[in-house]
Amino acid sequence: MAVEDVIVEPWYMMQMVQAFLQAPVYHIVIEVLLIVWIIGLLFSKSYRIQERVQLTEKEKEDLLAEWQPEPLVPDTPEDHPALHPRVVSGKAGLKVVVDGKECLNLATLNFLGMLGNKRIEKAANSALYKYGVGSCGPRGFYGTVDVHLDLEDKLAKFTRTEEAILYAYGFATIASAIPAYSKRGDIVFCDEGACFAIQKGLLASRSKVVYFKHNDMEDLERLLKEQAKDDKKNPKKAAVTRRFVLVEGIYMNYGDIVPLPKLVELKYKYKVRIFIEESLSFGVLGDNGRGVTEHFGVPIEDIDLISANMEMSLASIGGFCCGDSFVIDHQRLSGQGYCFSASLPPMLSVAASEALLIMEEKPGIFEELRTRCKWLHAKLSSIPGLKVCGEPISPIMHLQLAAQSSRTEDTTKLETICNECMNQGVALTVARYLEGEEHLLPPPSIRIAVNVELTEDDINDATSVITNVAKMVL
Amino acid sequence: MVLGGENTLSGSAPTANGHVKESNGFIQHSNGHVPHYKDDKIKKMSQESFEPVPLLVACLTYLGYGMLVLFGYFRDFLRKSGVETTHSTIERKKMKDFVPLYQSFESFYTRNLYTRIRDCWNRPICSVPSAEFDVSERVSDDGNWHLRLTGKSRRCVNLGSYNYLGFAENTGPCADAAAKALQQYGAGVCSTRQELGNYRIHEELEQTTARFLGVEDAVTFGMGFATNSMNIPALMGGKGCLILSDELNHASLVLGARLCSTVIKVFKHNDIEDVERKLREAIINGQPRTHRAWRKILIIVEGIYSMEGSIIKLPDLIRLKKKYGAYLYLDEAHSIGALGETGRGVTEYWGVDPRDVDIMMGTFTKSFGAAGGYIAGSKRLINHLRAYSHSTTYACSMAAPVAQQVISSMKIIMGEDGTNRGQLRIKQLAANSKYFRQRLVEMGFIVYGNDDSPIVPVLLYMPAKIAAFSRELYQQNVGVVVVGFPATPLVESRARFCLSAAHTREMLDKVLDAISDVGDRLQLKYSLNPPTKAASAEECYKQVDSLAHEA
Repeated sequence: MAVEDVIVEPWYMMQMVQAFLQAPVYHIVIEVLLIVWIIGLLFSKSYRIQERVQLTEKEKEDLLAEWQPEPLVPDTPEDHPALHPRVVSGKAGLKVVVDGKECLNLATLNFLGMLGNKRIEKAANSALYKYGVGSCGPRGFYGTVDVHLDLEDKLAKFTRTEEAILYAYGFATIASAIPAYSKRGDIVFCDEGACFAIQKGLLASRSKVVYFKHNDMEDLERLLKEQAKDDKKNPKKAAVTRRFVLVEGIYMNYGDIVPLPKLVELKYKYKVRIFIEESLSFGVLGDNGRGVTEHFGVPIEDIDLISANMEMSLASIGGFCCGDSFVIDHQRLSGQGYCFSASLPPMLSVAASEALLIMEEKPGIFEELRTRCKWLHAKLSSIPGLKVCGEPISPIMHLQLAAQSSRTEDTTKLETICNECMNQGVALTVARYLEGEEHLLPPPSIRIAVNVELTEDDINDATSVITNVAKMVL
Repeated sequence: MVLGGENTLSGSAPTANGHVKESNGFIQHSNGHVPHYKDDKIKKMSQESFEPVPLLVACLTYLGYGMLVLFGYFRDFLRKSGVETTHSTIERKKMKDFVPLYQSFESFYTRNLYTRIRDCWNRPICSVPSAEFDVSERVSDDGNWHLRLTGKSRRCVNLGSYNYLGFAENTGPCADAAAKALQQYGAGVCSTRQELGNYRIHEELEQTTARFLGVEDAVTFGMGFATNSMNIPALMGGKGCLILSDELNHASLVLGARLCSTVIKVFKHNDIEDVERKLREAIINGQPRTHRAWRKILIIVEGIYSMEGSIIKLPDLIRLKKKYGAYLYLDEAHSIGALGETGRGVTEYWGVDPRDVDIMMGTFTKSFGAAGGYIAGSKRLINHLRAYSHSTTYACSMAAPVAQQVISSMKIIMGEDGTNRGQLRIKQLAANSKYFRQRLVEMGFIVYGNDDSPIVPVLLYMPAKIAAFSRELYQQNVGVVVVGFPATPLVESRARFCLSAAHTREMLDKVLDAISDVGDRLQLKYSLNPPTKAASAEECYKQVDSLAHEA
């Protein structure tokens, strides 16, 4: 068949114009209106409540004039302890001068006595005269100083991991590391007793958070099983939902140790990655102070990410994460606190390096520390009216009231004990929390920190002071 | 910088002994209002150029990215088929049944674009980051996947560090004072401010900061980033609060706002009309769905924007916030010390009362050559933060030597050391910024931002030129910062120069020659504006020379 035959006769321009002229007027009007209506429908916005309520200008002005904002912040109660902090002058080593009075220091987290170590000060001092104080830039923009790279290498070697990454602030370390991996849609199983930095990291990650009972692996397994059941129902979603477990090596709020071997078992069974915050266990647990993995003899490769700050055992500032390069390197572009913050002042980096060196040279120091922890724990346990919370080998322990009543009343009692002990030469502090913001607010307590330099006499003196004061107050 | 109000700054001139009379160079006007500017003066101060990208350049830039993406896919294919060796790290075998830690499209950009030019970032230095620094040389044996230090270093002029007033020093009074503080207090603290980490030196630092800023009280923190991210939640916690945030705000402000779990609205960068529109809408309509009135509204802005070099239009914002009853959070990370006749930042620059800004935030990293940050304002605000800030409750306090560095440098800026050295630094920075920027504009580069800003961004646009510019200047012993996507919009890759008071005119002349040379070779002089003539060096440095003469 010829092609021409199937072509419809063209509609000539002339004919179009004629048809238009011949058509009745009402017809054209209706068609035009229809077209306008269709265009209007196509371009109109979807239905919104605000548009239905059309306010007049006057009404708007009235609303604007009537609006009364709340004050930016409420008045802080005059007696809030933060407004009357104790003032420390001089080094907070084994002895500390608080409000002009020298005390035995059982309050600051200087476990290995690195704060006050002359060698560290000397190293920091020469770094100061080489690099100045600030690094004046983030790591990406000339804020990487050779001493940072050196410390990262040393930390990786010390922890026996592939790579370590430095942060300029202890709190920001885990709080940045979590959102670097766990995103919206992912699931994090978190111990309900986890510290505040972890809670903030979880909030920033926008992931789904499932809390399990503090240190209760059975409860965790129950939740993991539930999750596995859900995953079976929706395998497509499960294939892209990353799962993490977040725990602390030694819990800041309780002083107990995570049951790691069981956790690692669960990891491979339920395919969840383990992140551990080791601020309190790094430089404390294990024969070489490598932390909770060494304590339990768990291979460190089984842990996906370890985070710790350098503000306790190492007595410097900042923190680090370590693990496989595959995991850690990602933070160099995605860790917010790493990318967008000025790097750690070089002198503080050097101080941490030197402290790490001392730890390597004196591996006996960790056993010494644990011995003192046990001594103190035993002594404190015998004080009537108070109970000790935490493992005997933990460098922090929480002293709670044996008979608890209301929170404010208990806190006042503990504050009084602290103040009176301070008068008698023992510096103690009540553990401070933001009461309205904690996921699970621990009971009020005095947080006692152990320093490796404590002698048996110091411990005896301190406990007898606390015993006497407790007897007096309670 | 000259202000409009007839006698606005007359009281802040240094007296004979170098002391500055007014706490913040600000004179309370009899009527207590924001000073009324003459139109042309304010116009000059808020003059900011953002020349649009020439059409051809935009097309070529997109084409460049298109090519890179195509090649990326091609090379990914080669890697998958084993033709090209994969250098990226892979996950342990044990973990193969786990859900992958990263999605592959997340890493496409890193693998195929960033890695090719990663040597332009994270360059290690091995000296103090002052006007010049030693940059460690790195080489790669595997196509930029891994960089190895050669052990050699190169002395470069430093146009990358935030060392506005030149206090990144390893000698002199600040370093000596810091060393003394180190001896007295040690390096770390091992406790929080609310427990036993409240040192006498912290209290001194806070009093000095409050005095410097001319406000009632201040509280300081160990990290600038955390100052924002850990304190905004203490201010805007709970339901029914609204945060209005500039679209170009720093990541720390964005994170802080997010951690509030409240409603956040974003307005166009430095666009006062947009702020007003959003404010009015918010107050009129109330909260979404319930239409209940907002409890409070906080506007969050920065003083100088570090990628744009723009200065916030503060007087307009203060007018708005007063008119509508909102609160104002001002992040002066880059402007404190760097702007204003006596270095008091953006409030002094505009001649407004710092007490009109509800929350004055800033960092010590930049102008003071230290680390950390502060929040300053009314006694009531600071008391609240001392009690309820995440940072004072849970985070380790600032290291003593760092605090001392801030105290010492701040006192020098205020002239409390009895010299005019601080004043000289401020003048030198202002002259450097003006001279450097004008010369670049004269050469025909597209330069962003405000004329008075010490941050000078120069547009590079094309992805290949990012690396070329950085590498070429490095070869000529100049260390510069280049920034591309995602830190900037895709087509607006740029180089960013940070001026410092430590730079001398000779250094800048040398650098400008190098930049001009590289700019010619890379064809970076894009500007279509009619050529302008830069002010002569003598004119720019007039004030500096006379001050130096005095000293």
